[in-house]
Amino acid sequence: MATIASLKQGQRGIIKEFSVDTVPLKLLEMGCLPGNEVALVQTAPFQDPMYLTVNGSHLAVRKETAAQIQIEIITEQTGSLERN
Amino acid sequence: MAKQFNVALIGNPNTGKTSVFNRLTGLNQQVGNYPGITVEKKQGICRLERGVKAHVLDLPGTYSLNASSLDENVVIELLLNKNDKDFPDVAVVVSDIENLKRNLLLFTQIKDLGIPTILVINMADRMKRKAITLDIKALEKSLETKIALISSRENEGFEELKDLIANYKNLSVTPCLNASSIAPEYFDRLRKTFPNQDLYKLWLVITQDVNFGKLDRNELKGVASFKTESISNLKRLQQKETIKRYQFINQVLKQTLIVDKASAKDFRSVLDRVLMHKFWGYVIFLGVLLLIFQAIFDWSSYPMDFIDSTFASLGEWAKNTLPAGDFTNLIAEGIIPGLGGIIIFIPQIAFLFFFISILEESGYMSRVVFLMDRVMRRFGLSGKSVVPLIAGTACAIPAIMATRNIENWKERLITILVTPFTTCSARLPVYLIIIALVIPEQRVLGIFSLQALTLMFMYLLGFGAAIISAWMLDKVLQIRSKTFFVIEMPNYKLPLFKNVGITVVEKTKSFVLGAGKIILAISIILWVLASYGPGDFNNAQAIIQQQNLETPISQNELETEIAAFKLEHSYIGHAGKFIEPAVKPLGYDWKIGIALISSFAAREVFVGTLATIYSVGNDDVETIKNRMAAETNVKTGKPLFNFASGVSLLLFYAFAMQCMSTLAVVKRETNSWKWPMWQLIIMTAIAYITALGAYQWFK
Repeated sequence: MATIASLKQGQRGIIKEFSVDTVPLKLLEMGCLPGNEVALVQTAPFQDPMYLTVNGSHLAVRKETAAQIQIEIITEQTGSLERN
Repeated sequence: MAKQFNVALIGNPNTGKTSVFNRLTGLNQQVGNYPGITVEKKQGICRLERGVKAHVLDLPGTYSLNASSLDENVVIELLLNKNDKDFPDVAVVVSDIENLKRNLLLFTQIKDLGIPTILVINMADRMKRKAITLDIKALEKSLETKIALISSRENEGFEELKDLIANYKNLSVTPCLNASSIAPEYFDRLRKTFPNQDLYKLWLVITQDVNFGKLDRNELKGVASFKTESISNLKRLQQKETIKRYQFINQVLKQTLIVDKASAKDFRSVLDRVLMHKFWGYVIFLGVLLLIFQAIFDWSSYPMDFIDSTFASLGEWAKNTLPAGDFTNLIAEGIIPGLGGIIIFIPQIAFLFFFISILEESGYMSRVVFLMDRVMRRFGLSGKSVVPLIAGTACAIPAIMATRNIENWKERLITILVTPFTTCSARLPVYLIIIALVIPEQRVLGIFSLQALTLMFMYLLGFGAAIISAWMLDKVLQIRSKTFFVIEMPNYKLPLFKNVGITVVEKTKSFVLGAGKIILAISIILWVLASYGPGDFNNAQAIIQQQNLETPISQNELETEIAAFKLEHSYIGHAGKFIEPAVKPLGYDWKIGIALISSFAAREVFVGTLATIYSVGNDDVETIKNRMAAETNVKTGKPLFNFASGVSLLLFYAFAMQCMSTLAVVKRETNSWKWPMWQLIIMTAIAYITALGAYQWFK
């Protein structure tokens, strides 16, 4: 299953789901909600932390947190959803 | 004149809330602490029309009413407590146009508490550039509120905002979200158990237990016992509440906010690509650090030299003009050098806070956190530890308070424990004066001054000690805590001169008044202890004359000898002699020993102490440096401050935990005496051992 951690720079995805026990409420408050589009802007060396835009917010999370959020990756060419 | 009413400024971090506060209150503000905790409390008076005054409170920035830190907790504690004297008659929620969606989450929560709420949309000057159009009237209608569109940069929209504040009684208090819709069955039970309470308030009080356990719930006694839901279930409900609120907000904004993404010029992504580059990002950060240090070491030395010599001549002037006597001596030898020891810090502190506030205001600090997180994690720290470690070069106290936004307790504790190793501004005068005395004025490779390089090395030593001890603590401490790390990357902003200026003035003022009081008090005490003494002290003249009966010496020499004898037999002399055996192996005499001991109150006392001790019984009023250079070792006849003892002193000050205020803050932030005590013992032991080793090696 694809997660935010598997995004490549410039790629986008739609947030599917995550568990309340592993993902802090603060992320939700900053716009990381199921159904929202998330894009990877940039990463620091070793792909960690990750700089994302989601729901109009710009935020950075560590890779371990990003790996907790499942997404569907959007392929750029067709704009259609593709399951990874 | 109407009764003064309370206004609370609330908002997400990085929305320009502080600029709004500064515009509303001008310099009519005061900064203090909330009782019992070290959260900064900023309040001021805003003058409205017809002589009405509003008391404005600038609450800490928060993303929601679900507090996860001490700062955020202040906001919710105030909003839930109607009896608090600061309880707002009207809440002003500050948002910025680019993050309106996220900002509205907090707005809906506050409005749902039944407090009249005004929405301020800041940074209106950016709307055109970002191709954003907003239907204010429609938004006011859907949110049932009044909106002030302002620009704190252009100083626009504040008259309208003041009008809205003055007429707060006309605001609607209808909630945005029906609390029951979050979980109808659960809220039904709540309503039945507490029929007279506001449901949303109850819900907040119950759920704060999930995030933070410290809410004062006197007002709603018995609610906490309503624990029919598991914590994980409550969390799920909180998640549901957040989603419901966003649904409402999305619906509202769909009809009112249009962002033309195609024509938006994105300055941010260009800057991000450069400043957060995997290689150049770090080079730029290093350059920024170098610039800051250059300013602190080099540029501030000019005003500092001026202050030093001004106080020296002021002391001389006092001595010569005032009538001779104990009181004049107290002023010329105790108070004036003591005051000089405070004032001399101002240029450096001002420079440091100037740069730190520019880094924070511009949005660059978040990029540094991002760049450094991975590196810092290796040492058991967080990217967010970079801010305290940089702020620690000003003062460990605000630095330790700045650790609050580190979510992981272990990373936060380690940051708190190692921050006092960074070279704070109080160490700087000690370093400066000792380096000037013992490091020759040479140039390396023709450009770099050896003294400046030594100073740079002392800073690196401080950072190195912090990093290495963090790494060791990470291995030693057995604390398991959930890690999560979220940080907003705010848009870049040109810092507002007014905000930077106010920060610099406020921080400098609180340093001068806070630390200054201690330094001045200690200077006076030291002067008294050095000017009076038991037994032989009072017969100094007779004893010295007796000693010199056979080989008569000049009047001048006689006076010098009497003065030296008096100092040695004063109260402070006795105390110094008592501790001399402990400091002798480090290369210090009893006078330095006294300065060392008094430094445990605050390091910056060192220079002032030596200034006071050396000026007692010394009629030639000179600068502190010249007096220290003239001191000789009684046994060897060589200068007391030589290379070996100088290096030993530098190392001692680099490592020792000599600051009572820091210990007190660590106690407050860790809520236990255990950590500050360990800090004191271990840091001082490291200091003693390295200083001993260095002196014995170089001797």
